[in-house]
Amino acid sequence: MTEALSLVPKAEAKQSMKDFKSDQEVRWCPGCGDYAVLAAVQGFMPELGLAKENIVFVSGIGCSSRFPYYMNTYGMHSIHGRAPAIATGLASSRRDLSVWVVTGDGDALSIGGNHLIHALRRNVNLKILLFNNRIYGLTKGQYSPTSEVGKITKSTPMGSLDAPFNPVSLAIGAEAGFVARTVDSDRKHLTEVLRQAADHPGTALVEIYQNCNIFNDGAFDALKDKQQAEEAVIRLEHGQPIRFGADGSKGVVRDPATGDLKVVTVTAETEARILVHDAHAASPTTAFALSRLADPDTLHHTPIGVLRSVERPVYDTLMADQLDAAIEQHGKGDLSALLAGNDTWTVVG
Amino acid sequence: MTSQVSSPAEKADGSDGAEGAESAESAESADAAHDTVVGEQRSTPGRRASDKEVRRLDRVIIRFAGDSGDGMQLTGDRFTSETAAFGNDLSTLPNFPAEIRAPAGTLPGVSSFQLHFADHDILTPGDAPNVLVAMNPAALKANIGDVPRGADIIVNTDEFTKRPMAKVGYETSPLEDGSLEAYNVHPVPLTTMTIEALKDFGLSRKEAERSKNMFALGLLSWMYHRPTEGTERFLRAKFAKKPQIAEANVAAFRAGWNFGETTEDFAVSYEVNPATRAFPPGTYRNISGNLALSYGLIAAGQQADLPLYLGSYPITPASDILHELSRHKNFGVRTFQAEDEIAAIGAALGAAFGGQLAVTTTSGPGVALKSETIGLAVSLELPLLVVAIQRGGPSTGLPTKTEQADLLQAMYGRNGEAPVPIVAPRTPADCFDAAMDAARIALTYRTPVFLLSDGYLANGSEPWRIPEIDELPDLRVQFATGPNHELADGTEVFWPYKRDPQTLARPWAVPGTPGLEHRIGGIEKQDGTGNISYDPANHDFMVRTRQAKIDGIEVPDLEVDDPDHARTLVLGWGSTYGPITAAVRRLRAAGTPIAQAHLRHLNPFPRNLGEILARYEKVVVPEMNLGQLATLLRAKYLVDAHSYNQVNGMPFKAEQLATALKEATHD
Repeated sequence: MTEALSLVPKAEAKQSMKDFKSDQEVRWCPGCGDYAVLAAVQGFMPELGLAKENIVFVSGIGCSSRFPYYMNTYGMHSIHGRAPAIATGLASSRRDLSVWVVTGDGDALSIGGNHLIHALRRNVNLKILLFNNRIYGLTKGQYSPTSEVGKITKSTPMGSLDAPFNPVSLAIGAEAGFVARTVDSDRKHLTEVLRQAADHPGTALVEIYQNCNIFNDGAFDALKDKQQAEEAVIRLEHGQPIRFGADGSKGVVRDPATGDLKVVTVTAETEARILVHDAHAASPTTAFALSRLADPDTLHHTPIGVLRSVERPVYDTLMADQLDAAIEQHGKGDLSALLAGNDTWTVVG
Repeated sequence: MTSQVSSPAEKADGSDGAEGAESAESAESADAAHDTVVGEQRSTPGRRASDKEVRRLDRVIIRFAGDSGDGMQLTGDRFTSETAAFGNDLSTLPNFPAEIRAPAGTLPGVSSFQLHFADHDILTPGDAPNVLVAMNPAALKANIGDVPRGADIIVNTDEFTKRPMAKVGYETSPLEDGSLEAYNVHPVPLTTMTIEALKDFGLSRKEAERSKNMFALGLLSWMYHRPTEGTERFLRAKFAKKPQIAEANVAAFRAGWNFGETTEDFAVSYEVNPATRAFPPGTYRNISGNLALSYGLIAAGQQADLPLYLGSYPITPASDILHELSRHKNFGVRTFQAEDEIAAIGAALGAAFGGQLAVTTTSGPGVALKSETIGLAVSLELPLLVVAIQRGGPSTGLPTKTEQADLLQAMYGRNGEAPVPIVAPRTPADCFDAAMDAARIALTYRTPVFLLSDGYLANGSEPWRIPEIDELPDLRVQFATGPNHELADGTEVFWPYKRDPQTLARPWAVPGTPGLEHRIGGIEKQDGTGNISYDPANHDFMVRTRQAKIDGIEVPDLEVDDPDHARTLVLGWGSTYGPITAAVRRLRAAGTPIAQAHLRHLNPFPRNLGEILARYEKVVVPEMNLGQLATLLRAKYLVDAHSYNQVNGMPFKAEQLATALKEATHD
């Protein structure tokens, strides 16, 4: 077992996917990408082998935030944007729990943006699954903070004006130790990313591109269509050269003049310069540069996989250490002595 | 020294119970007493080791005033500690601007500390000072309006030069133009004398000057026979890493004392005997409201056998609680300084879900930001303490001043029907008991609870009888451990919203408990199962049930103090207890019957409140708002409650309240 979950009790018996299905009817729209993610998570959980009573899913508001109701673990469906804050209180006081946050692009990046960035910098032991469908679904189709500029929606009949966030860039900028991106329809990839996230001590952010077939259908087709995906998707694997396209015909190199990354056709001359992905690099610079390769409109050159996985001191561990240190230095708290303080006088009856 | 005048005492029985006989002094100042009541001081001439006269007083009000950077709060705190150690009853009123360092020498930059101490039981920091210490012209100008004629004023003459005086609009020196003729002015070159006293310490002029507050403290300590060891010990500990500064401060303190002892300007010193008869037997300490509240929270955690978790965002005047609790990690206390008010309560709520005694601390603007999460806590039915230290509003308002204008926000400030119990402490020391009571309600009924204190209680202090641990209530709770419901087919299940029939509380099943996995949320849930439900009849039932749970909370009956079978009842809540009680004593001493009752529980109200209100011809409700409790009483009991309101950022003055109450009894 990993250090991240070393304090979480193990399941006594072998678990299966159905152990993690609650008795509640799943109420997402037929065809929603959320079904695929739910199945992947329920299918992956037995692999962790944790006592399911020690697993908690906390969500905010939005379509994806109904997720906890469908997991047969402890769960809280909270209020809009606040799941990272609530989960922080739980995880920082209960290190024997495996705490997961389920959120969406509106929940995490708009109303809850502040909590997300602070959870990331603090590095509380949380696994944050950010379902990004680039639209507001539950409120029936307004643009979101990840929607492309000019998007026509109910609230933007002449096109949206705001530039979108790139959640991966944002997370890296917020000092995240673990940042990954995956796609709802690629169960194998999704599961592998979950595995690495679960393994990571501290906050892990997993952006999951998720299709909303009602209000933003096909938003990620460029990454899903077999033909297009070859050119559009850059699959990152730690320690491997960053190549993609038909037969690995494209690669990522560093421009010696600017230090920036760019896509080149692999040739005898460029092959030696193809960047080898190092998810564990201490500096976030290259991971950030990788996150910027994707075109926000066409999604061409979208890296998926683990962009960054670096260990940093974990908030809840540090918090517990301070409690231990305080007891070591001052002894276990004595209420009587505390209340009395140093300056007392006595009134005799 | 002829400032000492008489007035009706703030005594439980309203009688003149002091040992000291009336002296000639009262007669001398009789004319002053016509205009302003300073508070009772009786004196007895006596002699000290030196040839100076010593008089005995039964109570004194001192106000230290200076620039924000002059260390007036520290000076007041030290005098308070000395006074507490000596055994007087006391009550304090720190008063300072929101600016950390407003421009030096200006009126907005004036910071003051008022202390009332006595040989008997007192209730307020006093209306008007008998002694004002003014460190500069701004301090004099800002405070002179509160000082009754005949009072002593000690001024730092070094600051009464052209520029500092011009800054506050003194065209001529008030020390010379006769405008202070009605007072006993003691001109003391505090700065020069401090620098002179410290000339051998090798300090710069500026460094030496900073000790002038200790010189003033030494002088006042001499005047009132305060013990000095505590202050010397305090200074040496505070400046342990800078022994030279420590010794300089001690030297300035002693120089002030010696100045009083030798100079002819201070011909008399005063003794105020310990208030031995005011206190039941026990061990006492001095304590401020925020400290008592912090201790109450720690004690509640210990008595509940639950780890304490505080989620907080710094805000005046609540930050002291965050500071204090963060010092006690050896009690297993976790303090989390969040990114904002919302995250602070969010983290607390998450911790509550995990089985901690969860607390968030804030003030008015923070309460507004936390409202949605309080609503979620109402819906989740988890225990959560929301500590709100009220300050002047609306918006940023007056961050360092007191007010009671968040009662209706606490009562109603959420979407939907979201009832939350409200507990309000009445004095600084009472914050300890109120915190434990709020924890009792939260834990027993699985609900967020407002603990509604205010800036006056938070920063004010008074003696506190330290409780024995075995006097404290047992707050232990039972977490759910297994199924609590049997389905028709005989299957045993856990229903997170199946209630205790007595309290209507739902089970507290914390993560980590096998077999009780469940999901809760802000969406309406089905009674019993807790599953999402949009059923109209179920929603109606759940709304009414949540209300019934809060309405059914057990709170003690309201006690009425009515020895004379009065026709008028004065009813207060929170920090107005001191001034109202002092005013009531004055009325009764003057022969006017009046009944008094004070509410600790604002939601639910005590069961007998309606019956009590109906008993009186007239009900007067003094509040530091525009009538919020009165509004609640009128709505609930159809009673013609009369408001008496003040919203100037300061507590009521006893005399002014007494006048208002007297008028009310005559209408």
